[in-house]
Amino acid sequence: MSKQRIVVVGNGMVGHKFIDNLVTSEHASRYQVITFSEEPRLAYDRVQLSKYFAGSTAEDLALTTESYYQDKGVNYVLSDKVVDLDFDNKEVVTASGRREAYDQLVLATGSFPFVPPIAGNDQPHCLVYRTIEDLEAITASAQQSKVGVVVGGGLLGLEAANALKQAGLETHVVEFAPRLMAVQLDEGGGKLLRSNIEALGVRVHTQKATTAIVAGEQYRYRMNFSDGSHLETDMILFSAGIRPQDELARKCGIDLGERGGVVVDNHCQTSVKNVYAIGECALWDGRIYGLVAPGYEMAKVALSHITGGDQQFTGADMSTKLKLLGVDVASVGDAHGNTPGCKSYTYSNDVDEVYKRIIVSADNTRLLGAVLVGDADGYGILQQLCVNKMDLPDDPNALILPSIDASGAMMGLDSLPDTAQICSCMDVSKGAICCAVQNGSQTMAEIKAETLASTSCGGCTALVKQVLDAELTNLGVEVKNDICEHFAYSRQQLSDIVRVTKVRSFEVLLDSHGKGHGCEICKPTVGSILASFWNDYILEDAHIGLQDSNDIFLGNLQKDGTYSVVPRVAAGEITPDKLIVLGEVAKQFHLYTKVTGGQRIDLFGAQLNDLPHIWRILVDAGFETGHAYGKSVRTVKSCVGSTWCRYGVDDSVGLAIEIEDRYKGLRSPHKLKFAVSGCTRECAEAQSKDVGIIATEKGWNLYVCGNGGMRPRHADLFATGLDKKTLIKYVDRFLMFYVRTADRLQRTSVWLENLEGGLEYLRKVVIEDSLSIGVELEAEMAHNISNYQCEWKTTIENPERLKRFSHFINTDTRDSNLAYVVERNQIRPANEQERIAVVEVIEPLMA
Amino acid sequence: MTKQWQTVCKVEDVTPGTGVCALIAGKQVAIFRTLKEKKLFALDNFDPFGKANVLSRGIQGSIGDDLVVASPLYKQHFVLSTGKCLEEDVTIPVYHVREVDGVVEVAA
Repeated sequence: MSKQRIVVVGNGMVGHKFIDNLVTSEHASRYQVITFSEEPRLAYDRVQLSKYFAGSTAEDLALTTESYYQDKGVNYVLSDKVVDLDFDNKEVVTASGRREAYDQLVLATGSFPFVPPIAGNDQPHCLVYRTIEDLEAITASAQQSKVGVVVGGGLLGLEAANALKQAGLETHVVEFAPRLMAVQLDEGGGKLLRSNIEALGVRVHTQKATTAIVAGEQYRYRMNFSDGSHLETDMILFSAGIRPQDELARKCGIDLGERGGVVVDNHCQTSVKNVYAIGECALWDGRIYGLVAPGYEMAKVALSHITGGDQQFTGADMSTKLKLLGVDVASVGDAHGNTPGCKSYTYSNDVDEVYKRIIVSADNTRLLGAVLVGDADGYGILQQLCVNKMDLPDDPNALILPSIDASGAMMGLDSLPDTAQICSCMDVSKGAICCAVQNGSQTMAEIKAETLASTSCGGCTALVKQVLDAELTNLGVEVKNDICEHFAYSRQQLSDIVRVTKVRSFEVLLDSHGKGHGCEICKPTVGSILASFWNDYILEDAHIGLQDSNDIFLGNLQKDGTYSVVPRVAAGEITPDKLIVLGEVAKQFHLYTKVTGGQRIDLFGAQLNDLPHIWRILVDAGFETGHAYGKSVRTVKSCVGSTWCRYGVDDSVGLAIEIEDRYKGLRSPHKLKFAVSGCTRECAEAQSKDVGIIATEKGWNLYVCGNGGMRPRHADLFATGLDKKTLIKYVDRFLMFYVRTADRLQRTSVWLENLEGGLEYLRKVVIEDSLSIGVELEAEMAHNISNYQCEWKTTIENPERLKRFSHFINTDTRDSNLAYVVERNQIRPANEQERIAVVEVIEPLMA
Repeated sequence: MTKQWQTVCKVEDVTPGTGVCALIAGKQVAIFRTLKEKKLFALDNFDPFGKANVLSRGIQGSIGDDLVVASPLYKQHFVLSTGKCLEEDVTIPVYHVREVDGVVEVAA
């Protein structure tokens, strides 16, 4: 029997889902699939589109690859739009004239952004936000713009505003309705969201209807509003909702709704036989579903009908949880309380900026809906209560009041049925997760790979983790996290052992808790733990063999075996005299000189023999070690701040110096980078640091757990409007809590992502002192600070230590293998070819 | 030709668990002293992967039953007694080393 041909028009998230479901099903062999996309690439994750501006690439966003389709025998045609359907011959026709026959046709054409009919809306810097090509256009436009406006204050509009803000533009949101996210939020929630977003520097204008876009005076365009006011901007993003992409269906006479959308029945069949419609182009029961989860459900239903099954689409839960501009927002069920006779409970807290409201049935037994802003941790439980029509607890207050642990004590996960859908995007039930755990999955990564739960919007991550942990506990599984073959402990456990047993050497610890001789993994780990608890000088004989070469020689080992020298330049502030000393040292010792990203000066190519001489000069000139070689606090970057800058709100340099001096030398599981910006223009890039501080009119805003590097992560806003004393208290606690609990080489970002309870939990520990360890953490930090010593000063004052700083132990000769060439007037290591022509080793000019 | 034993340094100049580098007959020799048994080993100092004279600055330890040093550049492990690399099919030269009256001697 020959295979049936299925043609899928559109390769967006839902079209791809249909195909993936088919090719991984038992029916795969009976069908041949071909899909068309007008876009130049296969399906990608539109839900995560804003990540593109945080550094994700098109590849990161991709949901599939061409090689996957090839492996699965899926034919695909990119950049060729289907423009006609020939129902008589059962063929589709593309823009390039290609004709392909079908037995079953699936329309997954999605939607397009609605651009309000405003005069002047078609100018070059008036853009929309839906495809990767749109994002590329936005990026290009943003580079030539200072101010950007998003038209539309809904979910997508706020995502788009985030994109503009990340691009560094002064950002405005213009909304027609009286509040933000009018569909999902009630008045109280919308108000709080607005104040949160405005605190981040985004200007919100509600009840504004744009009448025309004309040439601006100060900026590129002027938007005129119906109330006579206006706003000038360089670029405009329209994000005023979506419209179903039903052009093809309309042209070919398939039944549409009055306001568009391809009408489908419970099987996702259209009015034409053998033609289905799924996702945002489909109109079911008079509704378009603009979320991905219902689209995925439709994909399943259509496939079921084609392959002879009987699944039906009967509507979908439109609950959502997301983070908009750093603010947690969630909406469940009947968020507006439209159900007749319903009642509500409201909790509103202006101090912590939290708003929660739940809507319950007239008889107070069922949850009908909820709105959460500022703290959406309860979302998982509330959504489950609502969807599964479960009994409300005796006191529904408990669901929103902060003093009660809504997820744990009040309603255990055990009470959820196995059929409860935990991940709505990927349709994963509690039972499926438990089953995966029973089959051996023990980590979030494994659960994600096995069940796909939490791999789309991520809103269910906390709940999935809870189910995972609960099931692991049920099975009596203990999770192994050994650091290496010598110790059957995690870094945190080793750290606890050191603290409790007061062990002060690796040998003793290895005898009591380990085996073998150690290695380059456990030795530096234990060395770092010992240093962070006891802060002994790290070149003590007992510790020396534990250290990486960098720590032993207090420099960064370079590829040719030489070291780089980085003195501390707190906050990047340096006197001309000190700058001259650095220049003189570099000249005398023939060092390559480069300014670092952390506002310091790096001197490369120092040989072991020269390091003490170099540092003698530097220490005499008042420099200290910069710890650039260690897993420790590196720099506190700063902008020039209010002392010089016209826009500065507070003295960022002063605070940065104070902080750098406070935490210098602190040993940690990985390097730590800080920054302080003097205003929300954020020139110090504090939001990409482990600890970022930004001055506002109301005080300091504290961001935590960001980083640049291989996997950049935006820092999370941790606390706002702090005075300096509180700020330092929080940073003390945060740092010590991280030093104590993180794994080896785990940066704060990954640590936070693995921290159960996430940012909220961290806030509880640090701000509310929920574990009652605040005083202890501060005391530990104080101990560290009082024990600080400049390792280089200690080293050069001790002749015994200096013995190590020689390439050979039995002669003063230097390493003859080193060879340099001159490039751009400075030295660099010679490469293989250049080595063939002998290059002279440069001897320093010893004074 | 028998190689000559050459005096390098006092044994306490090599802190247990660390290494030093000596220049012996024009060769760079990395000398290691182990942490537990205080045993001496001598290998070539040249890291064939990083192409730099750095092995004496690596961290010592054990992988299974083998005593090893990890290159400080790219962390390949070399067995102290044989010079065999555990990750790649490479073996680096090893040299004779001994302690005589508190003095380290190498024949290279």
